[in-house]
Amino acid sequence: MRPDAPALTLDGTARIGGLHVFGPLHLTVPAGRITCLLGPSGVGKTTLLRLIAGVDDVTEFTGSITASDDRSLAGRMALMAQGDLLMPWLDVLGNVTIGARLRGEARDRDRAMRMLARVGLEDHAHKRPGALSGGQKQRVALARTLMEDRPIILLDEPFSALDARTRTQMQDLTAEHLKGRTVLMVTHDPAEAARMGHAIHILTETGLEDVTPPPGTVPRPVDDPETLTAQGRLLSRLRAPA
Amino acid sequence: MSRLITITTSTALALALWQALVVLAALPPFILPGPARVAETLWASRALILEHAGITAAEVLIGLALGAILGGLSAIGLAASPLARRLIRPMMVFSQAIPVFALAPILTLWLGYGLWSKVAMALLIIYFPVTSAFFDALMRTPQHWLDLGRIMGANGPRLMWHIRVPAALPGFASGLRLAAVYAPIGAIIGEWVGASKGLGYLMLLANGRAKIDLMFAALIVLAVFTLLLHMSVDRACRRWLDGTAAG
Ligand SMILES: Nc1ncnc2c1ncn2[C@@H]1O[C@H](COP(=O)(O)OP(=O)(O)OP(=O)(O)O)[C@@H](O)[C@H]1O
Ligand SMILES: [Mg+2]
Repeated sequence: MRPDAPALTLDGTARIGGLHVFGPLHLTVPAGRITCLLGPSGVGKTTLLRLIAGVDDVTEFTGSITASDDRSLAGRMALMAQGDLLMPWLDVLGNVTIGARLRGEARDRDRAMRMLARVGLEDHAHKRPGALSGGQKQRVALARTLMEDRPIILLDEPFSALDARTRTQMQDLTAEHLKGRTVLMVTHDPAEAARMGHAIHILTETGLEDVTPPPGTVPRPVDDPETLTAQGRLLSRLRAPA
Repeated sequence: MSRLITITTSTALALALWQALVVLAALPPFILPGPARVAETLWASRALILEHAGITAAEVLIGLALGAILGGLSAIGLAASPLARRLIRPMMVFSQAIPVFALAPILTLWLGYGLWSKVAMALLIIYFPVTSAFFDALMRTPQHWLDLGRIMGANGPRLMWHIRVPAALPGFASGLRLAAVYAPIGAIIGEWVGASKGLGYLMLLANGRAKIDLMFAALIVLAVFTLLLHMSVDRACRRWLDGTAAG
């Protein structure tokens, strides 16, 4: 585990324009582990992630969001948002290195090229986002997020646009690369949560449900019986009416 | 190729209408000369017209370049500083209530009869459209990019340079396209008020001496110049946006 990766605690209620979104709820994200968050569309998962990232200006949040080391979260996070948010005026390589440029640091071109190779896009380094498929764009956004060497990583449906094979590859890459960091990952895919989660939660209209994750080290094999059972259990929990 | 055909056809149509008007209304040449007569004058006086056109082109191009630079910098300054917005924006809006035409005599008084009073006129007329088109785009950076920049740890100037400016370049480009059409108007007004050179001056002179065909020849050269300028600026903007900036 990275010594600088703290646990996170969110405690409170969120409203947008007086309308209740979620809460009161209590969520802990353990240090140096991957926590998966599932839940129906519109329940407030993205809102929760953006609140933690400190970029939500529309939501009124009453409560607290804290790190276990009592330090401010600012400057310690990377967020992969639900859309890819690539800059259309930069090529793929430029997009992957935008973080360094925004901080006035030297761009590590070699590391960026290696990262692009890991997401299978080294041949597309000089293309514009407009010339990429949806799944390729999502992988560029993933590479950009992984390039940010931050202890806390927030991922909002990071693999939603990928085919099954690429998706498991990206899950493996992400688990390997983010080992020891505090990761909160929103997903709609029970199989993904069962493979990737050290901890699994379902956000519903009534609150937060905890799900016991299957045993075994992350990323768990796709065909592991216990992982598959957990996946099935998760799916029936998700299908159950609230 | 089909575009060339369209342009040729519509030019021919315009010339035919012009000729028809002259013939049907039985207009004498000192009121409205026909296209053939104007073409003849254009060819006969080509050296004279070209010399004056060169002066006007210089005024317009310098004005356009200065307007792009000053307008661009002003827009960035205004977008970067809320204080500047509060103090300077009202002034800019008020200045728009002054008809630029009314300033031409004063500019001639201050800057003389030469090139610079016309450059200033062209600059004045394009400064506001360029600044406001770029400024509006700078103030409308999609929030999600700003959020991303904030999380990544960008400070104000870097956010401006790496995100807000490139995202706003299409707005700047539309300001420049407008400017390409307005700048010649500025230069011509400047020449009308006081000049000894330039197409505007030549037109006034020809008009005063009842050389209506020469006036029309100068007018056509001015129109063609403005059209070409607009097309080149448009093409340059497009190429720039596809190339290094926003696509
Ligand atoms: N800017 C906004 N203004 C008003 N309401 C909003 C805004 N953003 C989100 N909402 C509302 O807040 C609720 C939660 O939205 P959120 O995006 O967090 O859902 P989600 O759980 O991420 O859904 P999905 O799985 O579809 O991504 C929704 O009902 C949505 O309509
Ligand atoms: Mg969402």
